[in-house]
Amino acid sequence: MSEPPLLQLEGVHTHIGRYHILHGVDLAVPRGELTMLLGRNGAGKTTSLRSIMGLWRASAGRIIFDGRDITAMPTPDIARLGIAYVSESMGIFTQLTVHENMKLATASGRFDQTRLDNVFALFPILRQKWHDAAGGLSGGQKQMLSISRAIIEERRLLVIDEPSKGLAPGVIEQLIGGLRALKATHTTILLVEQNFHMASALGDSVAVMDDGRIAHSGRMADLVADEALQSRLLGLSLASHQ
Amino acid sequence: MKRAHDWAAILLLPVLILLALPTMSLSTWVTLTVAGGAMGMMLFLMALGLTLIFGLMDVLNFAHGAFITLGAYVAASVLGALTGWTAADSWALNMLALAAAVAAAAMCAGGAGLLFERVLIRRVYGSHLQQILITVGGLIVTEQLVVVAWGAQQLEIPRPMAMRGSFLVGGAAIEKYRVVAMALGLVIWLVMYLLLNRTRVGLLVRAGVENREMVEALGFRIRRLFVGVFVAGAALAGIGGAMWAAYQQVVTSSIGGDMTILVFIVVIIGGLGSVTGCLIGAILVGLVTNYIGFLAPSLSLGSTIAAMVLILLWRPRGLFPLARS
Repeated sequence: MSEPPLLQLEGVHTHIGRYHILHGVDLAVPRGELTMLLGRNGAGKTTSLRSIMGLWRASAGRIIFDGRDITAMPTPDIARLGIAYVSESMGIFTQLTVHENMKLATASGRFDQTRLDNVFALFPILRQKWHDAAGGLSGGQKQMLSISRAIIEERRLLVIDEPSKGLAPGVIEQLIGGLRALKATHTTILLVEQNFHMASALGDSVAVMDDGRIAHSGRMADLVADEALQSRLLGLSLASHQ
Repeated sequence: MKRAHDWAAILLLPVLILLALPTMSLSTWVTLTVAGGAMGMMLFLMALGLTLIFGLMDVLNFAHGAFITLGAYVAASVLGALTGWTAADSWALNMLALAAAVAAAAMCAGGAGLLFERVLIRRVYGSHLQQILITVGGLIVTEQLVVVAWGAQQLEIPRPMAMRGSFLVGGAAIEKYRVVAMALGLVIWLVMYLLLNRTRVGLLVRAGVENREMVEALGFRIRRLFVGVFVAGAALAGIGGAMWAAYQQVVTSSIGGDMTILVFIVVIIGGLGSVTGCLIGAILVGLVTNYIGFLAPSLSLGSTIAAMVLILLWRPRGLFPLARS
């Protein structure tokens, strides 16, 4: 029998004020894989991630993490289960230094030197900027800091929301390299992305959202190979991602 | 640490102090500058809690004056009960009496802060309108409870013997109590600075002021921090109230309400949520009040509001605005 998924959403509905955003999302995130969550703007991807983190409360359905129902759990308790969140806005504390931002992401306030060296190997610029105010970093550097904060401690699941948003192509390639290295460690990752080039380069499995529901789920390789499916689900033409 | 310093805002105080020098004699300038600095330090104590409470919790607390009032009355009672120490010709006993009054004021105001947060504030997180209504109500109720407990008449406060009168430094009269107030303010600022910049709790407070949601997503329970900051802010207001009452040597039940306006001006000038801004804003208000009170007494009443308007025309979000997410 195959191992149950690390994270599972079962019929999740989420309302924001009077707006009904998620309409029964069913999603499984297999252990040790990188699952891409794709979809057009407004499909409900960010709402799904925020519902997983408890930042917006699911109004119906269940969110199960490693067999445990976390639907109603407070956000700090969800984070303490080993789920790290990289928000769409990066959530960098601009008034703090890079060092202080990283320190906040450690449970004890102390760094594991090996993990810190790994972070510097992935994103060397952070070593140079270590004592600088994070507000002075470029968009790409802030994204690197945001991801580094998520991996500075051992995590069981990384939930990352659109890391390539607003970044230059060269920086995106650097990010892809960093995420590929992370993937090689078999860390379970749920990644929301609009950039199909990045998604196809990284994803093991994929789920595509449309109008607050999962419209398709399967293996990333199958979606990459099926242009008609891409066109139907994502409105992509071959030319748009070549 | 390499941080970007906002020199224009930092240099504002030295420039103001230097600009005042040619307008008066040196001795008057020294007296007024020390007086302004001391008043600023007392305002800083009263305002620091308000700015932290707003910055971290997004709560507009118009009841902050209630903690100032409570601190003032508790200090008056303690100093009244310790007349043996306050009247003694001993610096040590005098300081002990003041320390006891300040400590009692901090404890009572902090306790009241805890009660306020539990009973009133936690019901209105996220709604500024409700916060204004409920905290203004809280201020009125507290003032009336103070009248019930201490009476409607103004209360006289015996200032400790060694802190009465002035030093003469090169012809400039410097009130002894102002030096004590300034020293206490500096000590508390230093403690707060170290707490906020050298401890993990301080790091969490600074991060929480900027982005509460992300602090929670990193696994920290910010609600507990809210309560701690609210209590600390109330205790600081109590200390400020105690020091201000001993400076004025009389206390009435409206002391907190009266000071609330000045305290809000300080916080707005400094930039809501900023500790450095609060310190500089408080000293600026203290200096402007004293300089204008001497140079143009008829303009004294509106001088702090005029200073606030000028600062806001220059920096619409105050001197040290926070980048909030």
